[in-house]
Amino acid sequence: MISLTRKRPPFSLKTQPGFGLITGVCFVMLYAPIITLVVYSFNAGKYISMWEGFSLQWYVAAWGNEAVQDAAIRSLFLAVQASVYSTILATMAALGTTRTRPFRGLTAIYAMINQPLMVPEIVTAVALLILFAMIKSWTGIQGIFYLVIAHTAFCIPFAYLPIRARLEGMDLILETAAADLYATPWKTFWRITLPLLWPGIIAGAMLGFVISLDDVVITEFVKSSGQETLPTYMLGQLRRVVTPEINAISTMLLGLSILVVCLLFFIERKFGK
Amino acid sequence: MNNNKTASGPVRNMQINRTRRNWLLSAPALVVLAAAASGPLLIVLVYSFLSAGEYGGVVWKFSTDAWFNVVFFRDIFDGTTTLADAHMRILWRSVRLSSITTLITLMIGFPTAYVIATRPRKTRSFWLFLITVPFWTNLLIRTFAILEVIRNEGLINIGLQRLGIIDAPIQMLYTDFAIMVGMTYVYLPLMVLPLYASMERLDFSLVEAAYDLYATRHKVLRRIIVPLVKPGIIAGSILVFIPSLGAFVTPRVLGGGKKMMLGNLIELQFGAGRNWPLGAALSVTLLALVMAALLMYVRSTQHHSGSVR
Repeated sequence: MISLTRKRPPFSLKTQPGFGLITGVCFVMLYAPIITLVVYSFNAGKYISMWEGFSLQWYVAAWGNEAVQDAAIRSLFLAVQASVYSTILATMAALGTTRTRPFRGLTAIYAMINQPLMVPEIVTAVALLILFAMIKSWTGIQGIFYLVIAHTAFCIPFAYLPIRARLEGMDLILETAAADLYATPWKTFWRITLPLLWPGIIAGAMLGFVISLDDVVITEFVKSSGQETLPTYMLGQLRRVVTPEINAISTMLLGLSILVVCLLFFIERKFGK
Repeated sequence: MNNNKTASGPVRNMQINRTRRNWLLSAPALVVLAAAASGPLLIVLVYSFLSAGEYGGVVWKFSTDAWFNVVFFRDIFDGTTTLADAHMRILWRSVRLSSITTLITLMIGFPTAYVIATRPRKTRSFWLFLITVPFWTNLLIRTFAILEVIRNEGLINIGLQRLGIIDAPIQMLYTDFAIMVGMTYVYLPLMVLPLYASMERLDFSLVEAAYDLYATRHKVLRRIIVPLVKPGIIAGSILVFIPSLGAFVTPRVLGGGKKMMLGNLIELQFGAGRNWPLGAALSVTLLALVMAALLMYVRSTQHHSGSVR
């Protein structure tokens, strides 16, 4: 028996040869480009390849640019509306599809809600372009609400995810107890379900906000002239290079997204499981 | 009293009420989705069978021209019909670049997910957080960031020139390579997350057991770890492959209109190309490819869960 025992290095599960290196590459790859972009948005010079000292001039230029202001306000307006509407709709849908016996059509509802996640954005964008062009030519109605509806629709599955997850982790016992004590269904909902569900709803709204804020493709196809959002404005400004002003706008948008994601992470830590 | 009969009546009624309540609660979301997500897809299908209007839009006349034009090209001067080379090239580029992107993200993502999954529980969520952050930041901005790294006066070229490794900048931008790098970069988190999810559940005592039975590291990896995390590998691959296939922003920014993918070809038909039916037919083609990939995924998961349990 003893003669069979070869000397083997003590086994550690954590090391597979080369894995550490590749993981390092992965994180560098994920962050180096973003960090470069952020750093050079503070560059005094015009060219990204040369560092000419710290300056906020590109931020000042971006803030003073009327087209940017206009696009930024529209982006925020859209993102807030889309996230509020989609969260309300997703909350209702989540209440109707969780903590229930399987019923006829439940799978179809799931499929419908998740459909925007599966269809390529460009196809949805083209589809909406065609539909809205038809409606516009028939009725002559113009306006920003086309964008609001489009954004609301594709935000629904993202808002739905955390709300459903939260609901599934909630026991029905409290609601049953409230009902036993003669609380009306409405009262039970307002006093029991909603307060417990709140972290999920907030998370859903935040996800919707970020997703709407980041959208380029669908907005690009649905918008009428003069309805630029920040991402479509930035795409339109792209010539051969990215101007430092665009870098500055990107950095501000990045900051906003990261802030929201950090908040999300925090909420999940505090209330999750 | 006849308890059985009276009990089943109200219970049944309650169930019907619940079902109705569930449908009513879901209805508003379903209406919006039907109006602005699912329903319009049917219109695309209809449009692919119409004739193109002269200045964009369509003429309401049935025609299979659009579908014919997806695959064939008819010369307007001598009337000869050949295979639409440009379309085939773009289709092939889309499939090829998406496959390569999936493969590279898998090669980078697998070790990363493994390393994260083997960290102590407390630090894991931090590393995972670092993977998620780029995923939630703007795709356009991340593509811009890559553009700044690989363009001729970008970080890599300037760096290599300063080091004296190259004399003239390497043209990376506006090539297939650029698109591939860009897609790998933007979709990498989509590979790591599902891989991590299945590795976290991996029973490492099996790995230890295999090692104790004198399996080499390589063998443990190939025969134990990979088969056990296969669902994660498949899920990650599908999550990367599908958006890559339909990518629009990344090839537009990094391919610069010279190297188009399917998404850009579709946009062209609705813009300068002024051939909406062709654009619609191409959209349906893209959708069919995606659905085929999804179907393969569903089948493989069914097969998998069947064989394991």
